[in-house]
Parts: sequence; structure tokens; C-alpha cells
Amino acid sequence: MKSSVITFPGSNCDRDMDVALTKFGFKNKMVWHNDQELPKSDLIVLPGGFSYGDYLRCGSMASKSKIMLSVINFAKSGGLVMGICNGFQILVEAGLVPGVLLRNKYLQFICKNVHVKVDNKENSFFKNLDKKVLEFHIAHNEGNYFCTKDQLKEIEDNNQIAIYYCDQNGNTNDQINPNGSIKNIAGIFNKEKNVLGMMPHPERMIDESLSGEDGSIFFKNLLNNIK
Amino acid sequence: MLVNEKIAIEHGLKSDEYKKICKLLKRTPNITELGIFSAMWNEHCSYKSSRIHLKKLHTKGKKVIQGPGENAGVIDIEDGDALVFKIESHNHPSFIEPYQGAATGVGGIMRDVFTMGARPIANLNSIHFGSTQHKKTKNLLRGVVHGIGGYGNCMGVPTIAGQTSFDRSYNGNILVNAMTLGLVKKDKIFYSKAAGLNKPVIYVGSKTGRDGIHGASMASASFDEKIEEKKPTVQVGDPFTEKLLLEACLELMSGDSIIAIQDMGAAGLTSSSIEMASKGNLGIEINLNKVPCRETKMTPYEIMLSESQERMLIVLESGKEEIAKKIFDKWNLDFAVIGKTTNTKNIELFFDNEQVANIPVNTLVENSPMYDRKWKKSKLPKKNKINKTIFKSLKIKDTLKKILSSPNVCSKEWIWQQYDHTVMGDTIQKPGGDSGVVRVHKTDKAIAATVDSSATYCWAHPLTGGKQVVCETWRNLISVGAKPIAVTNCLNFGSPEKEENMGEFVECVQGISEACKYLDYPVVSGNVSFYNETKDIGIKPTPTIGGVGLIKDYKKMITMDFKEIDNIILVIGKTEGHIDQSLLSRIILNENNGPPPEVNLFNEKNNGLTLLNLIEKNFIKSAHDVSLGGIITAISKMCIKGNKGIQIKKPKFLINEVEYFFAEDQGRYLIEINPKDLKEVSKILDKNSVHYDEIGKIIDKEMIIDQKTKLTIDELKSYNTNWLKSYMV
Repeated sequence: MKSSVITFPGSNCDRDMDVALTKFGFKNKMVWHNDQELPKSDLIVLPGGFSYGDYLRCGSMASKSKIMLSVINFAKSGGLVMGICNGFQILVEAGLVPGVLLRNKYLQFICKNVHVKVDNKENSFFKNLDKKVLEFHIAHNEGNYFCTKDQLKEIEDNNQIAIYYCDQNGNTNDQINPNGSIKNIAGIFNKEKNVLGMMPHPERMIDESLSGEDGSIFFKNLLNNIK
Repeated sequence: MLVNEKIAIEHGLKSDEYKKICKLLKRTPNITELGIFSAMWNEHCSYKSSRIHLKKLHTKGKKVIQGPGENAGVIDIEDGDALVFKIESHNHPSFIEPYQGAATGVGGIMRDVFTMGARPIANLNSIHFGSTQHKKTKNLLRGVVHGIGGYGNCMGVPTIAGQTSFDRSYNGNILVNAMTLGLVKKDKIFYSKAAGLNKPVIYVGSKTGRDGIHGASMASASFDEKIEEKKPTVQVGDPFTEKLLLEACLELMSGDSIIAIQDMGAAGLTSSSIEMASKGNLGIEINLNKVPCRETKMTPYEIMLSESQERMLIVLESGKEEIAKKIFDKWNLDFAVIGKTTNTKNIELFFDNEQVANIPVNTLVENSPMYDRKWKKSKLPKKNKINKTIFKSLKIKDTLKKILSSPNVCSKEWIWQQYDHTVMGDTIQKPGGDSGVVRVHKTDKAIAATVDSSATYCWAHPLTGGKQVVCETWRNLISVGAKPIAVTNCLNFGSPEKEENMGEFVECVQGISEACKYLDYPVVSGNVSFYNETKDIGIKPTPTIGGVGLIKDYKKMITMDFKEIDNIILVIGKTEGHIDQSLLSRIILNENNGPPPEVNLFNEKNNGLTLLNLIEKNFIKSAHDVSLGGIITAISKMCIKGNKGIQIKKPKFLINEVEYFFAEDQGRYLIEINPKDLKEVSKILDKNSVHYDEIGKIIDKEMIIDQKTKLTIDELKSYNTNWLKSYMV
């Protein structure tokens, strides 16, 4: 299976994502933001980082990069696109998934392990996953997901919520919400479920020596689903 | 503008220094030249008060590739790999403007490391604030933490360890020391020594603005009530540009275009150009009209003294300009050929077709002032005669609660959760352990790093304190299973013009040197920060040591969390009951006098190396060094981390319980072993003449000291984790 990771100026999880994808059997290529064409890919990943320094709204500059036209076309034609952290912010700014990401509720960068509940398995990302609660890792300053009431209704009606922040038993409540996201939303799909944006970093959870191994489960499952 | 002595003094130069300049030049300098002299001759850049003593540091060793004197130190970590690292202070700017001061401190130290061709793989920091009651402390802490995170997180370099302390002596002068480790192939290290004539001198990175002018001079003076006016001398950081600069430089370094490279740190274009010329014994000619400027009408004086961040100066091989320009264009960074190397051995500056400065390089560097300042030797204070009946009135539980929740012992999670400590995917020991540990990417090796200081001990007796800090880092590395290799030091002191402060400096340096020599643990880089005082009140002497060690097989790394019920806990090293200068003495007994615990270098080395041997043989399940707060504090942390309890045995020998639990004797560790290994472990310890006591065994969820004194792990946790969070709300 072929994947491509886009490097924007200021991306800093591009190498980590490359390591993870390669480890689980993807043939991965790194793509420069200023390129026009995507290599033939089964999966496009927008990695974490601080594209263009995030001095403007996070992800807004990167969403206008040359390569993004191709990414948008790829997504519109049904190709799988995944945005992690800053990648999620870029997807939001590009209009590929609904909503916005605000500054964290307590106005602080947060780096820690979190649990997420996978609600919707009828999609290529989580299909066949045998766990309902995964331990992932977050590291962000602007991960506070927000949308209007009407949007939220639409998102819920279409089953677009991918993952929720929860405790280790899968309970979602305000107390374990790390950043103030509406409804504890940690990740979201587009209507067609071929585009996934999420704040947590599965690529930091791919080795028992690191923060944990649930990222391995996620990537192995993802590869099997695409095959 | 005509230069005279008065203007020179306004530039921070002393009257006789100004006279020396006129004599060296055989004329009066113009204003640009005076600015250059003041920048090169201030304490921060010239080390004029410290040079004579720094020479005594132990800097040689088999693993040392580059010692002090370059942008950073370099050590051999085998297999063709080298580790580049350094610590640096950014104290004065951080007090004036905490966010930008701390941020640019982090940016500056990372630049020092990647200037040498190394990709930064970890950041650490040591930060010190005033009393928690002081009105500025909270905002300064918040600002500094945001600044460190803001820069490091954006760069995508994990912050893996650190130290935070609070003490009244930092009320008017906080300390922010930042350390970076970088990885490079041994044959791809870059240096700052220029070579060859007529080689193009290249400016890359951000544009030059008016920020930070006289930053280095500001850092060489004490504060008074007008510090707010110094805000414009603090630089403004742009981590995004630095990230681009990092990637662009590493890309250019993968080829063979660069002869020498130097980042523009303190004193900007001035010190970077002069340093490269001086090391290469060459002259340098710069056309200041070619320097990319952010603001209009900048004068030569301003261009030379600006401390705008994220800039580099490179001497290229002739004919490589196009290759280099293409890379910097790709990363959207400024690139300008601004001059060339010459055989004049002078620095010559041109602006609007006129020569605006012409100074022999050696007058700025070799002929810079060097002082052997007067210093006062300090006596070892007399031992306090503590009335032992007080101990009887102390309840262990209450005392432990106070210590675990005290500002200098409590968990610093509130701080390090704001730092990205997992990016780059190799952090295998996070902040909160004895050392941070990162794997060497795609290998079985790992690097452990720690940063420590013990201002209280150094204040009580500088010589002992200096030794102690080195040993503390040594123990922190051993505790995670790393073989200590080398250190970097950041020497934070008051005014060198005061005999007491200078004495503290001299004797701390002596202590550091003795310990480093004995432990074969050389100093490879560092920096000195003097004049840490406000309105004549100086800080406690605070030498900060950053220690680095190697773990050959990262799977053998040790952590401090208790692993398994029924395992046995041993204390390695002898407990004598030293209470003076301990936390118990200071915060429970309110007694600040007396000597610090004695440092026995033989025991340190012997205990440490024996423990490493036990780790190598897979006997050790968890380990933690005993430091602030003594044995019981160290045990509490192991319980909290492992979520397991301990049944503690009554100490065998005749020492008061309070002294046994809270004494801060040096050279001690707690280790967890399986009961079946006890015989073998004892044999090894005995054979090496290492003193040890069995202190207890691991049980479930409770710390039992005696029938009356029991604490649950949740209690311990709440004492330890709540204080900082509630303080910062």
C-alpha cells in the first residue's frame, strides 16, 4: 500500500509519521508542499507541527499551499486523507471536515496520554478494530473543537464523529476533556468518511518503549482495511 | 558622533578599558568601533572575570571530540556517532520579558547545536524563581514556561527533563538556563574557524532589526529599579524561521560547501564575524549595505549590534554561492553575500562606500581585558547543634506531607505537560524521572540527560556545593542505567566585582573541577552569567550542571517506579544523618545555617559504578537516587510512580528515625531487586565495599513505616501533585 506524507514549512511530525507508516508496511513518500502533483497513493497524511509557524489561524496558510489543491481533489474523488494535529487544523481550514479548532480551554499547550473512544467503525479508518477504547497521545495548543449547533446536529446525524476523549473505561465527561472540545470530540470525518481529522497522535504510540502501543493497533488495522 | 570617555562608560566600559582601546588602536575609536568593542569586551562575551579560573576546569577525556571554546561541546558516542551539547543562560532577558526571554534562550542554544551540523534531539532546562510569596513569581513562572514551550514545541524538539526551584534570592533575578543535545556523524561536524582568502561570507536567516541592541551589555550589568526601560534590549523569537533555518542549514551541510559557520547570538554580527576571523587568523571585510534589514535607515552601529534572532554567518567555498542560495530560497530565507575573508587580520566594515570601522581582530579577542579579581575564601560553617528532643516531637507523616508538597520537591507536571516531550518518537523516559532518555534514532543506543543545581549547598559552602552538583547529575544518569560521559555547565553568580561573589564562583569552579576529574566526567561546554543581582542583592551561587550519559542497549534502561510486590528495596551508600542544609532543616526546623552534606568522591564513584554493574547484570528492577528530602522522600516518589506501597523496616543502627529518613547524605541510591537475587547482589556490593541496608519490601498501595504510621499511595500522590497546580490557578 502506498502512502504520502505532506511536508509543509514548519511541519515537525512528518518524520514520525513516515517512521510509523513504514514500520507497519506502507510504502511511504514524502511530498513537498510546493509540489503540484501527488504521487500515486492509497493514503495521504497531513502531519502535525506548526505549519508557517501557526502565526495566523493554525493551518490557514498551509491550507492554501500548492499541493492542497491536489489533496482536495484526491479527497473529493474518494481517496483516503488523514490529518493529525496540525494536519487536522489544515483539513478544517481547507473545508474538508466541518468545524474549527480553538485554543485549548485552559490556554496551555498540553502534552500527555489520553484515552479515546471509537464510536463509528463503518469507515476505512476504524473498520474491524477490535478495541473500543484506545490510548493515544496529544500534544497541542489549539485542539478545542467547536462548531455551531446546526453543524453539530448535521455531524451527529451523519455519524461524523470519529473519536471522543474518554476515561480508560470509555466514559466521556467534562472532567477528562483535556481541551474543552464540544462533546469531547477528538476527531471527525467528512460526510463520506474518507477524510479523517484528529488531534491525537497515533504515530507516537507505536512501540512499548514509547508512550504506549495502541498506535500500532491503529496502523495495522488501517493497513489491513486498505489492502 | 565624537567618542569620548563618557560615551564609553555609557557603553558599560570602564575608564581604563577605554584608555586601553585608544592605545591599541593608536587613535580614538568612532562610534561604530566603540560599539563593537563594548560588545566584545563585556563580561558576557569576553569572560574577562572568569577566564582565568575556567582554565582550571577538567575538560579532557577519551570521549571528548570538542571541549569548551566552540559553539558547543562534542563527545563520541561510538559507531561513528557524536553528541553535541551545551547549556546557556538567558537570565536577564527572562526577568525583563519572561516569554521572549525564555523563548530566545531556547532558540539560541538550539542554534549553537545545529551550527555544528547536529540535529537537535532533546532540550532540557533549569529554571529558578523567587519566593512563591513574591508578587512577581507566578507571572514569571507562567511566562517562562510558555516561552520555553512556545519555542521548543514549534521546533519539534522534545523537552525531556528539567529542574525548577524557588528561593528568595531569585526574587529580583530569576534564572533561565536552557540546554540542547544534538546528534551528528563524527565526520560531519562543522566548526567556526574560517580558512582561505577571498572566500565569500554569507548571511542567512531572518532580517536584521533594531531588537536586542546591547543585549549582551545588558546581560553584563546588574538590575536597578529602571529595568522596565530595558525591555527593548530583549530579542523577539521566531521559532518558525528557526525551524526553516535548521532544515536549510542541515541540507547545505550535507554537501561540501561550508568552510565555517557561526550563529549570530549575543552581540550578533559583531561577535560571529570576529570569532570566525579570529579562529582562522584572518581578516574579514563586510559591506553593511548588503545585510538584509527589516527596518529602514539602520546605521552601521545598529546593524553590528543588533541581536535579531535566527541568523547565521557562513564562510563558503568559492563558487558554491548558487548551490547555497538555491537551498535557502527553497526554505524562503534571506541569503546575501555580504563580504569576504581577507589577509589583513582586521575587521573592515563599509557602508555607503565609506569605511566605517577598521579594527585589528586580535585587539578585540586576545587583547580583551582579563581580570584576576579579588575573591574571598569561605570557611566550612560549624555544624548546628540541633536539639534532638525536637525530633521526638515531629510526626513522620506530617513532616513527609510538608516536604512532598513543598515547592522544590513537589511534582512539576504542570510545567512539563506544557512542553512537547514526545515529538521525534524516541523519548523513552519522560520528564519526572531521574534523567530524560531519548533513543538514538534507528539504533539500540539511547542518550540520558539531566540538569541539576543545588544553590543552598553552594551558598553554605561553595567548594562542597560545586562537587555535589556534579555528583548529583552523575547519580541521576546512573539511576537510569546510563554511563555518565561528560557535562556542560552554566555558572550563575552575582557580581564578580564583589569579593564574596567572586569567591563563590572560584570555589564552586574548583569543586566542579575536582569532581569532574575524579569521576572522569569532563566539562565540554558552558557559559558564565555574572551580575545576577538587583539593587545589590545577589542570588545564591547557582552553578547548573547538565550531565550526559550513554545507554548501549535502550531496553536496559531503568526507571524509578516500583515494579513488583514482594521485591526488596535496598539503600546503597551510608546514611550518617546529615541534617544541616537539608529540606528538613530549612522548612521544618527553620534552621538555615550549617555545612552542606559532605561529598566523598571515592564513594560516589564506587557506588555509582557498582550500581551500573548490577544494572548491566539485570538485577535492578527500579532505582532512584536519594537527594532533597532524604530517603523517605525518594521512596515516596518510587511508590507514587509505581502505584505500589512499601513496608519499611526499622533502621538497624542507632540513629534517630527522623535523621535516618530525612538526612541528605550524599552518594546514595534506592534499588529494587527480586528477593531471589539478594544473595548475589549482596555479594557484589560486599566485594566492592559498597555499604547497603535493606530498608523494606514492596506491598500493595500503602506505605507502612510502623504500626502507627501508615499512608496510602493516593495520599502521597495528592501531597506531591497538588501544590503547583493549585498555586498556578
